[in-house]
Amino acid sequence: MSTDAAGLGRSRAVGFVLPALVLIGVFLVFPALWTIYLGLTDYRLTGLAAADPQVVGADNYTAALGDDRFRTSLWLSVQYVLGSAVIGQAVLGFAIAWTLRDRRGPVRRIVEGLVLLSWILPSSVVAFLWIALLDRDGGTLNALLNTPGAAWLLDHPMLSIIVFNTWRGTAFSMMLYAAALENVPPSHLETARLAGASTFQQLRDVVLPRIKGHILTNMLLISLWTFNDFTPFLITAGGPEGRSEILPFYVYTTALRGGQLGFGAAVSFLILLINLVFALAYLRLLRTRDRAHDRGDDGGHDDEPGADPAIRGTAA
Amino acid sequence: MNAVRHALGRIASAVFLSVVGAFFALPMLWLASAPFDATPSITVSVPEFTLANFRAILDNPYALGSIGNSVIQAGGAAAVVVVLAALAAYALSRVRVPGRDVLLYVLLLLSSVVTGTAAMVPIFELATRLDLIDTHLGVILVVSGGLLPAAIFILKDFMDATPTSYEESARVFGASPLQILRHIVVPVVRPGLATIAVWAVASVWGGFLMQYILLRDPEKSPSAVILYTLYTEGGQPNLDLISTFSLLYSLPVVLMYLFVSGRYGFRFHGGIKQ
Repeated sequence: MSTDAAGLGRSRAVGFVLPALVLIGVFLVFPALWTIYLGLTDYRLTGLAAADPQVVGADNYTAALGDDRFRTSLWLSVQYVLGSAVIGQAVLGFAIAWTLRDRRGPVRRIVEGLVLLSWILPSSVVAFLWIALLDRDGGTLNALLNTPGAAWLLDHPMLSIIVFNTWRGTAFSMMLYAAALENVPPSHLETARLAGASTFQQLRDVVLPRIKGHILTNMLLISLWTFNDFTPFLITAGGPEGRSEILPFYVYTTALRGGQLGFGAAVSFLILLINLVFALAYLRLLRTRDRAHDRGDDGGHDDEPGADPAIRGTAA
Repeated sequence: MNAVRHALGRIASAVFLSVVGAFFALPMLWLASAPFDATPSITVSVPEFTLANFRAILDNPYALGSIGNSVIQAGGAAAVVVVLAALAAYALSRVRVPGRDVLLYVLLLLSSVVTGTAAMVPIFELATRLDLIDTHLGVILVVSGGLLPAAIFILKDFMDATPTSYEESARVFGASPLQILRHIVVPVVRPGLATIAVWAVASVWGGFLMQYILLRDPEKSPSAVILYTLYTEGGQPNLDLISTFSLLYSLPVVLMYLFVSGRYGFRFHGGIKQ
């Protein structure tokens, strides 16, 4: 593919690539590196340490690890990722894809359309829709369940944002699994059914071995995105009393609201490291799959939407 | 026995799909009813139909302007991303630039690791020092930096799949490289460019965090931020305004989605989403 058909020449080619690289360098690479430095200082938004920040070494890191609020926040993030991504989105997404697999027509279009709509609406809109749904006095949920005055967002903030994010993000898993299930030959399922296999046995013995790669891809991507998700801030802002303060909110409140930029940068760097682990695992997975593909023993994993490694950027 | 099992299975799947449909539809019902309700409340109800609520948007000093700001920021970022990504992707696809594969790998890694959440502190600090706080340019540059790696990656795939024979014959007839680019390559890869443009617009249009930390001035804020302040800043929320504004602000994204899915089929690339 590297035939220079238009006669561009190497110097012009470099000139073509350079503007994009400069922008990425300044607004993506440099901030990431700067986080490391800022995290080692006592830099603050205002006051003495703003004018003349001092390098304090690993103090921010020991302070963070010793801070109860940080540890709680980390634990809430783990709950959020496990509850809304690994369990909520992945399981619901698979269940929907499995149920719709041999359906055509309006039912499929309506269900898919609703799931996708919850995914594409802007986040500040869906946040208010959920505030309205869960409202204590006039919320639709209380009207439906006949539980007037139940304050969902105050009494169960984590559960609320976990259910919210399941609703918000299931579309991706649904689409990925729908594509994966197309690679399972119907004749194999038919044979298993005729042999008297239950649905559970069919899933375990016929479907699972063929979509293992997709499951892993899906888990890695949705965990990474959910871990970095800022949207539920618009619903609970981390409250009440920090009971839904997952890590992104913790960084925002301590660094940008509280002015502790150095400390916030240290926590950001920990987030970067965790992201790096997920991303490396994902890229490794893609590479093994590519190699398998080149050898031709790919096991039918073509046309997988998740294999196109476009990942949400900082605009998220 | 088998027939019974089959029937039960059909019933179970119908029940499951109804529950799923209800779960996903329930929060959105309010968006469909409240904007047209003469006395909107927070509870979903059958509206007493009116269009008068849309007036509230005209009465708010920031609502309409914020849609203009969203257009500027989303349009600006989409233009930067499409032009720079197309140039880079073309060069990387056609010319063997040294270290190309490593470069692409690192870019890809970075775009997924350096998220808005992880980089908000240095980005805020950088924007402050470069005097980019409260400017459209600041938002455009920051979000473009985040979107570019994925855009380059997707467009390079696109260019790799395009045969070079047209470019070669144009060259035989004496066209200059830039002419070839403008008159041959751009028309051929137009669907790819359109996909990237739509994706960039949708990302920035719905994006919240970067816009929220880079803009203080409500005169410059896009709809995503203004809407949030409408329901969080003190007092009784103005429901006519919130509901109609939400609807108006959501509409372009939904229309774009319908356009893309109608035109190219809705084949999603990985995380193509804001």
